[in-house]
Amino acid sequence: MSSPIVKLVAQRIALGILLLLAVSVLIFAGTQILPGDVAQAILGQSATPESLANLREQLGLNQPAYIRYFHWLGGVLTGDLGTAMSSGQDIATSIKERLWNTLFLAFWAAIVAIPLAITLGLIAVRYRNGWVDKLISGVALASTSFPEFFIGYLLVFYFAVENQWFPAISTVYEGMPLGERLQAIALPAAALTLVVLAHMMRMTRAAILNVMQSAYVETAELKGLSAFAVIRKHAFPNAIAPIINVVMLNLAYLVVGVVVVEVIFVYPGMGQYLVDHVTKRDVPVVQAVGLIFAAVYISLNIIADIAAIVANPRLRHPK
Amino acid sequence: MADGKAKSGLLLDIRNLRIEATVYPPGEAPKTITLVHDVSLTLEKGKVLGLIGESGAGKSTIGLSSMGYGRGGVRITGGEVILNGRDILKGGKEGFRKLRGREVCYVAQSAAAAFNPAHRLMDQVVEASLLHGTATRAEAEKRAVALFKKLSLPNPEIIGERFPHQVSGGQLQRVMTAMALCSEPDLIVFDEPTTALDVTTQIDVLAAIKDAIRDTHVAALYITHDLAVVAQVSDEIMVLRHGRLVEWGGTRQIIKEPRQEYTNALVSVHEIEHREQQPGTTPMLSVKNVTAAYGGGHVKVLKNVSVDIFPGQTLAVVGESGSGKSTLARAITGLLPPEQGSVVFDGRTLGNKLSDRPKEDLRQLQMIYQMADVAMNPRQTVGTIIGRPLEFYFGMKGRERDKRVNELLDEIEMGKGFIDRYPAELSGGQKQRVCIARSLAAKPKLIICDEVTSALDPLVANGILKLLLNLQQVEKVAYLFITHDLATVKSIADSIAVMYRGEVVRYGSKSKVLTPPFDAYTDLLLSSVPEMEIGWLEKAIAGRRMESAGN
Amino acid sequence: MLDIRRIPIASLIGIVLTSLFVLMAVFAPLIAPYGNAEIVSETPWDVMSSAHWLGTDNLGRDLLSRMIYGARITLFIAVLATALSFSLGAILGFSAAVFGGWYDTILSRLVDLLMSIPTLIMGLVVLSVLPSNLVTLILVMGILDSTRVYRLSRAVAVDINVMDYVEAAKLRGEGSGWIIFREILPNALSPLVSELGLRFIYAVLFLSTLSFLGLGVQPPDADWGGMVKENKDGIVFGIPAALIPAAAIAALAISVNLVADWVLNRTTSLKGGRG
Repeated sequence: MSSPIVKLVAQRIALGILLLLAVSVLIFAGTQILPGDVAQAILGQSATPESLANLREQLGLNQPAYIRYFHWLGGVLTGDLGTAMSSGQDIATSIKERLWNTLFLAFWAAIVAIPLAITLGLIAVRYRNGWVDKLISGVALASTSFPEFFIGYLLVFYFAVENQWFPAISTVYEGMPLGERLQAIALPAAALTLVVLAHMMRMTRAAILNVMQSAYVETAELKGLSAFAVIRKHAFPNAIAPIINVVMLNLAYLVVGVVVVEVIFVYPGMGQYLVDHVTKRDVPVVQAVGLIFAAVYISLNIIADIAAIVANPRLRHPK
Repeated sequence: MADGKAKSGLLLDIRNLRIEATVYPPGEAPKTITLVHDVSLTLEKGKVLGLIGESGAGKSTIGLSSMGYGRGGVRITGGEVILNGRDILKGGKEGFRKLRGREVCYVAQSAAAAFNPAHRLMDQVVEASLLHGTATRAEAEKRAVALFKKLSLPNPEIIGERFPHQVSGGQLQRVMTAMALCSEPDLIVFDEPTTALDVTTQIDVLAAIKDAIRDTHVAALYITHDLAVVAQVSDEIMVLRHGRLVEWGGTRQIIKEPRQEYTNALVSVHEIEHREQQPGTTPMLSVKNVTAAYGGGHVKVLKNVSVDIFPGQTLAVVGESGSGKSTLARAITGLLPPEQGSVVFDGRTLGNKLSDRPKEDLRQLQMIYQMADVAMNPRQTVGTIIGRPLEFYFGMKGRERDKRVNELLDEIEMGKGFIDRYPAELSGGQKQRVCIARSLAAKPKLIICDEVTSALDPLVANGILKLLLNLQQVEKVAYLFITHDLATVKSIADSIAVMYRGEVVRYGSKSKVLTPPFDAYTDLLLSSVPEMEIGWLEKAIAGRRMESAGN
Repeated sequence: MLDIRRIPIASLIGIVLTSLFVLMAVFAPLIAPYGNAEIVSETPWDVMSSAHWLGTDNLGRDLLSRMIYGARITLFIAVLATALSFSLGAILGFSAAVFGGWYDTILSRLVDLLMSIPTLIMGLVVLSVLPSNLVTLILVMGILDSTRVYRLSRAVAVDINVMDYVEAAKLRGEGSGWIIFREILPNALSPLVSELGLRFIYAVLFLSTLSFLGLGVQPPDADWGGMVKENKDGIVFGIPAALIPAAAIAALAISVNLVADWVLNRTTSLKGGRG
């Protein structure tokens, strides 16, 4: 690895860290400085002045905002995410198990979605403008218009109610055997896969088409290489970077999909936890979980950029 | 069969070739159009046939048909392509694969795009030989290095280790030629191999290609739009237009005694009558010691440039890409305020910035662009495009304005029917004419023409140049004519400034600038412009070699 | 002129369906057989019958009537949020492109920052402290989504701003009014109009998602997303009531998509000029 790559990657990571800090400010500001008093919002209009004052004290609302921010940030950096107001539990402890559950679900969705999307993208390119391509593109266009819960409940309706192959509610617990766990998450993982599949496939198709239409692919064809050799030797090395990029961007999209899917299947993950506490107006939990979601999202975006940098031959072999 | 071909020496025999493509016009049913109408040609071993024509003539399509290849939905629907005694169209996909890269190789216009950025040059150069099993890796690499040497590439032993983006455009074009020669094919298709290069680079590449063809006894189809270029390398020339054969003959016959009117027009395209005017006493516009830079002074693109333009005359600014000639135009118009120096117009110094100039100054100085397509708002009609300066500068409205627009359309030799058309409904030449009319509408004293003919086919460009000269007579307007094409300069200039790396290296009246003794760069530039004369290339190269040996 | 026979069949379906949804929303009180909150059946999730074409919901209200009123709320909020995001994003984006400098830098970095958090997550964070009402909802949706419109309109305007014809207008001495409205805007319209369709779809989906999570429209009113939430418990008993509003959302999104696609093809294929 030569120096311009190291430099660019370092720059991208530094920028990511900076962005994450800015995002933490934004999330903090979003919950603290908006019009209306947080304590009032939590307790509602009928709250007594005493309870309001108590809550303000408890939330540290009497201190200036920037001090509260640094206090909060310091806690986050040392793994102390504070305590939930609604239950009084330590947030970091409650999150640990849920974070693992969510990652487990997202991991299996990705394992299915990535190869499927790339294969479908390749098929669409291979039979470009034929009926297979049009069918795939049409279904993809339609499914980007589907709300996640439509896909989710359709799956429940057919695979859990009409045919009782999988549970409608994905209960998982600590120490659950892997096989049972996989069966429990089959439907939510399928829903998530469908949610990201269309996007990922369309972008993969575009990325491969872009490479296939370049002049060097024509050069390879004019050397007499077989269609397969053209793809393997000339298209693939150039398409790999944009495809990794597409995959990473869509995994970031998965972060959003997971919130809704967890609610549909009552799956004990981060998304469910976030929605519950937004409804309860439990600000410390919302801040912590929001920040974690944002961090994952930003990291995936950084990986996507780094993949593009590393795979660029112009940067790998400078003049 | 093999005996027959050996006796006749015939390599390629294309008979009644018909090529069609399906186009998908928006909102309409797909249509089949014919790109090549029953064209026949023959090529003997070791000979070079030049295919020449304007855009849309079908020359690349015919060239690629010798490899059984059609770009983007193009297909061969009739005729025979007989290569080495067999009809390759009957061989199917497998047959095509066996001949591509072995019997026939291809050199593309843009080598920079045609090389895979992910692989080293050597791997790509020897790929076809290894694939077809005509050489071992060691043999092929040895051959490649020898070819690199023959094509005068620097460091032939190690240049193969580099990646495409690490090598310059002219060198890449030569590496691509080496790649085609490396599998020792019978035929190479050269598809405009020097068109994208600067003129001083073009001559070297051209000479290298010519030597390589001669020494390896390979046959070639040389495709180009430049008759002077093809005359240097071809034994025979075939002139094509709209997918049909116009004329086919020996190189000497085509350029000296063309039998068809169209060929004659192509041959005499640069012959424009224009008498050089002597510079007057007081210049209308003086550029005085202008220095300009981009990026906050970091990249100096103009260094202490001074030129004068006299009323009703033409100053041509010539240079290759990166010489700063277009930047000079930007400095004069105020788009790029100079760091030092000034622009004096009609005795008064113009404001440095565009916003500092009064409307009257803006009116007097008009500009015409290279790409007429993007110089006109696609959402405005010709009437609005030409009428807006009338409205803006002279307050003309309604019928008065339309009358003047029609007069201007007459002046640029376009009929009245065009006033309601949109730019997308015009041909390339018509677009450029509308741009000329727009600048004339302001009744300017000076029009800056930035490469106005470079994007046009030679005959259309010729028409535009003639129009500009006529208009100069009528309107007494001066031109600052920016171009990289010395032939154009010779046709229309009164005085010439030669620019090189941001400096004016030679400046004066046309006759003075074009008369020896020359400075080194002007000599190089002048000697690099292809002339329509057999044997010019050898003379030019010999002349240049002596020159550089003398230095 | 527009010739109906030349519209592709898919686009025609899109146009017809979209118009039907709009008519349904506008004339909701006239069309709906029952009131929005009217309880018409003793049993929840009554089956489909001639009296109740789509059956009844979890509280025994007529599902068809609620669907029709739901169309009204869904479209109303989505249209207003789109209008807000679009005007905000386009105005800021265009001005950033034309004025450039610090104004552009600050706005663009701010938008980068907002876009580095998934919209739904940011929406949830903000809604956790804001009062639940329609105004909040429209503002949050509109502002969060305006970042995308900003990016697009700025990019489009920047591209057009460096075209030779804009330079020609500047050289002529035209003011920024002419340049923005006569040179840039007409050429930016076709990408912006098709983006308008996509933003609207996104607004519908975003609103539905928020309501489904219980953070959007509050009962007794319900948009389609909210109706999915109300009826979702029926699913496990094999009652498809929740699937009907969900399918309606998908149908609306697809039809608008088809229309937007058609508008984009029609306007870009001409490369300017007529149309």
